[in-house]
Amino acid sequence: MNELVWIFISALLVNNFVLAYFLGLCPFLGVSGRLETALRLGLATLFVMLITALCSWLLNTYVLIYAPYLRLISFIVVIASTVQFIEMVIKRVSPGLFRALGIFLPLITTNCAILGLAIFATNKGYGLVEGMTYALGAGLGFTLALVLMAGLREETQIAPVPRLLRGTALNLIIAGILSMAFMGFAGLFSAA
Amino acid sequence: MPKSQPDAYQEFIKGLWRENPVFAQVLGMCPMLAVTNSAVNGLAMGAATFFVLVASSLLVATLKQWIPRQVRISSYIIIIATFVTVTDYTLQALVPAIHKELGAFIPLIVANCLILGRQEAFASRQPVGLALVDALGMATGFLFALLALGSVREILGEGALFGVDLFGPNFEPWVIMVLPPGGFLTLGLLLLFFSWLAERRQKLAERLAEMEVEGS
Repeated sequence: MNELVWIFISALLVNNFVLAYFLGLCPFLGVSGRLETALRLGLATLFVMLITALCSWLLNTYVLIYAPYLRLISFIVVIASTVQFIEMVIKRVSPGLFRALGIFLPLITTNCAILGLAIFATNKGYGLVEGMTYALGAGLGFTLALVLMAGLREETQIAPVPRLLRGTALNLIIAGILSMAFMGFAGLFSAA
Repeated sequence: MPKSQPDAYQEFIKGLWRENPVFAQVLGMCPMLAVTNSAVNGLAMGAATFFVLVASSLLVATLKQWIPRQVRISSYIIIIATFVTVTDYTLQALVPAIHKELGAFIPLIVANCLILGRQEAFASRQPVGLALVDALGMATGFLFALLALGSVREILGEGALFGVDLFGPNFEPWVIMVLPPGGFLTLGLLLLFFSWLAERRQKLAERLAEMEVEGS
């Protein structure tokens, strides 16, 4: 139990996928303009992550022991089909959200955070329960980073920032400061 | 489709500077920030990406007539994933130390938006020769950017370049630069520098145009 809590907190805060591993930067910089969109994309990513963790465990346990060199290709195919499926669901259930997410919904496929999750979980030799906990922590961590970033960016919209600095340069510097703040969590478990 | 010399030269040179994948288009950042804490790692990652990008562009441009439109993205991804697997195993066999250092970020080249972007925007529409030149230019530009970022972070964070000590024992390293925040900050400042350069050049061009008008 203790082990699971550690995996969860580690993926959520200490080794946050965006701010410590630099995974999923494209949506992190692309969709963090508005708070609401950021939150929903974060949750969609979380969902894809959970399914990916389940599928990659199944693949690792039953298929890939016979053909380890197919790992990368099979992971990518699983992720792409999951995203396609979610895209169809969102389009049916909430057309407004579908339009707001735009190109970034299919781009979840090339979101390195999701492929990274599958690869890290495999490298660490996680079982089913650990893998799902890891996915939950990583997905929530991604959502957290995205929402924090969107909140900060909404503030900078009305702040008197020099014109030259606006855009990606400013966002990256904000991300750097955010990442510095998250480094504080690294001390969280050193005592334990 | 014309394939004259200046055309190909233009396609090559645009990836180096004007449309540099990192500084101008801000693509492919996920793998680049994570591994550029030293110049050597940046170089290794750049070389791996170079091979994958050039090889997949070549294959996509060759096969483009036979890839159906509806499944093109999946086809590109599978082609890219194949070359990344090749790279992964090759690095593991030849330079195990660097492979260990880069770790899970080699397989993550698959998710580099730069590579997929070039297939979709260029290799799938142009003849093989031009696609090759375009890929070479973009990959060189990417390599250059990774090397620049890795060097800056290594110089500031460890006071060294390619492992060679630069400043002597009195230098107090900025440890933050080799840690994750340093990656964000360095890239942010480099982007700022590049947009400043671009604006300066534009102002210069405007002033030149004005002077010409006055002179005539």
